[in-house]
Amino acid sequence: MKIMVAIKRVVDYAVKIRVKPDKSGVETSNVKMSMNPFCEIGLEEALRIKESGLASEVIAVSMGPSQCVDTLRTGLAMGADRAIHVESSAILYPLSVAKLLKALVDVEKPGLLILGKQAIDDDCNQTGQMVAGLLNWPQGTFASKVVLDKQREVATVEREVDGGLETLCLDLPAVITTDLRLNQPRYATLPNIMKAKSKVIKKFTPQELNVDIKYDLEVVQVTEPPKRKAGVIVSSVDDLIDKLKNEAHVI
Amino acid sequence: MAAQVLRRKTLANLSAHSYSLFSKSSFSLRRLISTLVLGEHEGGSIKAQSLSAVVAAKSLGEDNSISMLLAGSGPSVQEAARVIVADSDTFMYPLAETCAKLVHLIQQKGGYSHIMATSSSFGKNILPRAAALLDVSPITDVIEISGPQLFVRPIYAGNAFCTVRYTGAEPCMLTIRSTSFPVPLTSANSKCDVAPISQVDLSTFGEDKVCKSKYVNHTSQDSERPDLSNARIVVTGGRALKSSVNFQMIEKLAEKLGAAVGATRAAVDAGFVPNELQVGQTGKIVAPELYMAFGVSGAIQHLAGMRDSKVIVAVNKDADAPIFQVADYGLVGDLFEVIPELLKKLPEKK
Repeated sequence: MKIMVAIKRVVDYAVKIRVKPDKSGVETSNVKMSMNPFCEIGLEEALRIKESGLASEVIAVSMGPSQCVDTLRTGLAMGADRAIHVESSAILYPLSVAKLLKALVDVEKPGLLILGKQAIDDDCNQTGQMVAGLLNWPQGTFASKVVLDKQREVATVEREVDGGLETLCLDLPAVITTDLRLNQPRYATLPNIMKAKSKVIKKFTPQELNVDIKYDLEVVQVTEPPKRKAGVIVSSVDDLIDKLKNEAHVI
Repeated sequence: MAAQVLRRKTLANLSAHSYSLFSKSSFSLRRLISTLVLGEHEGGSIKAQSLSAVVAAKSLGEDNSISMLLAGSGPSVQEAARVIVADSDTFMYPLAETCAKLVHLIQQKGGYSHIMATSSSFGKNILPRAAALLDVSPITDVIEISGPQLFVRPIYAGNAFCTVRYTGAEPCMLTIRSTSFPVPLTSANSKCDVAPISQVDLSTFGEDKVCKSKYVNHTSQDSERPDLSNARIVVTGGRALKSSVNFQMIEKLAEKLGAAVGATRAAVDAGFVPNELQVGQTGKIVAPELYMAFGVSGAIQHLAGMRDSKVIVAVNKDADAPIFQVADYGLVGDLFEVIPELLKKLPEKK
């Protein structure tokens, strides 16, 4: 069974972002970029499944401009067998990404498609659910535990939901989106980084995959959130209780 | 009558937003708006969060016919103008596969201009899948509705706001953040007209095909404490609590205040508390009257989940902790001393 993992190149989680003065977006030039943390977790899960003998191959895929190749190389260094880059300099909203992923799934026919539950730049949390709908595959979103049963061809997924943890049993092939506690991703070791240089990255364009990129969303502007009024440091518990009671009127 | 009261109060809420840049008069395009709200329910009543979606739906426009879809196996409650019930064992448990297919079926028959859900784990799981079936781009986690096709949503863990215009075909699909659309308190005896209930014709649903996803079980938090998502006061503990035994101090304080208990990712990862207490970018988003953070450093990802709280209190030994930059009241001190003192000196909850 092949596992396909979608990964996204995003602004590093530790960066303090700046909104551009012209409000057209967030400043991303000269800013550290990394693999989306949830995608790293997805790739790690795929690698563990392969290492346990339940999958034959892990394919990392990414969509976007040429710099995506850097993120794919990191994925290959972590242990993915090969990678696919769908090159597009145009903005790709989740629906387009989902359609491209479906096209790749139709080509590669994996038994499992893993994505991060959300990208930390747009925080959309949509792509996994959308591609599952397009493929008519079952979905296990916000997964905190995945157990594959190859014989019964099912994946038992424990999900983090508002009320706690929910367990679903999905027939394969299925789509899984990862939550934070699914695993701790490995670091790419230097020997693996060297090996990754000779691994294959196949390129496609959306046209080659017969996908029509849809534009039904338009970013009007990007602004900073309203700033909170500066607070005060209180000197004691008595002072705190007094302020909460008589100034803020919350207790 | 109550519906009118609700609408007036909702419009008042809209104009009170100081950062709303688009006045109502700017949308001259008068289109017929009809909204389908995906309602979440449990034990026979609609979850409070779904009512936020109704509040948000009302802000889409003056003449908006709102229907609430309740899919389940059993009776349900009416709040919206119209209630659509899909009652079948297929919906015993709200699986994305069946619910998205249901929305697709209803839209093909009903032709709504908008389909909405709250951005809860239910809405987040189902709505995008339904949007893909209907071949439209959804807009998720909306915090402000500036027009029938104009929405504001947070990006980069809420460190920026993105205003997005939907330019596609109907339906316009969105999930809304319930903390941004609070449900106004209606008077106790608001006896409005009973909403007409219609049953969905499920004969063409295709129940012959076995669903490829099966519900197995779920954990439930049976607590008398208020629900974290809409509690008036939240008391949160971080990794500095050091153990789940120590975390009981947070729970005692919450009990004294009649508050809900929250936790940082670090505290959940360390196993002090279960995952549903996590507040943050990828956990719950809360906006209580009072948020008290003990031993919380204030990482960007945690702030994303609580920065809209009215009053923020932070207690931390480290005077340089980033949490103090958002706190209204900060106390630099040892939480192991502060919490017992608070427990002693706080007034009993009303």
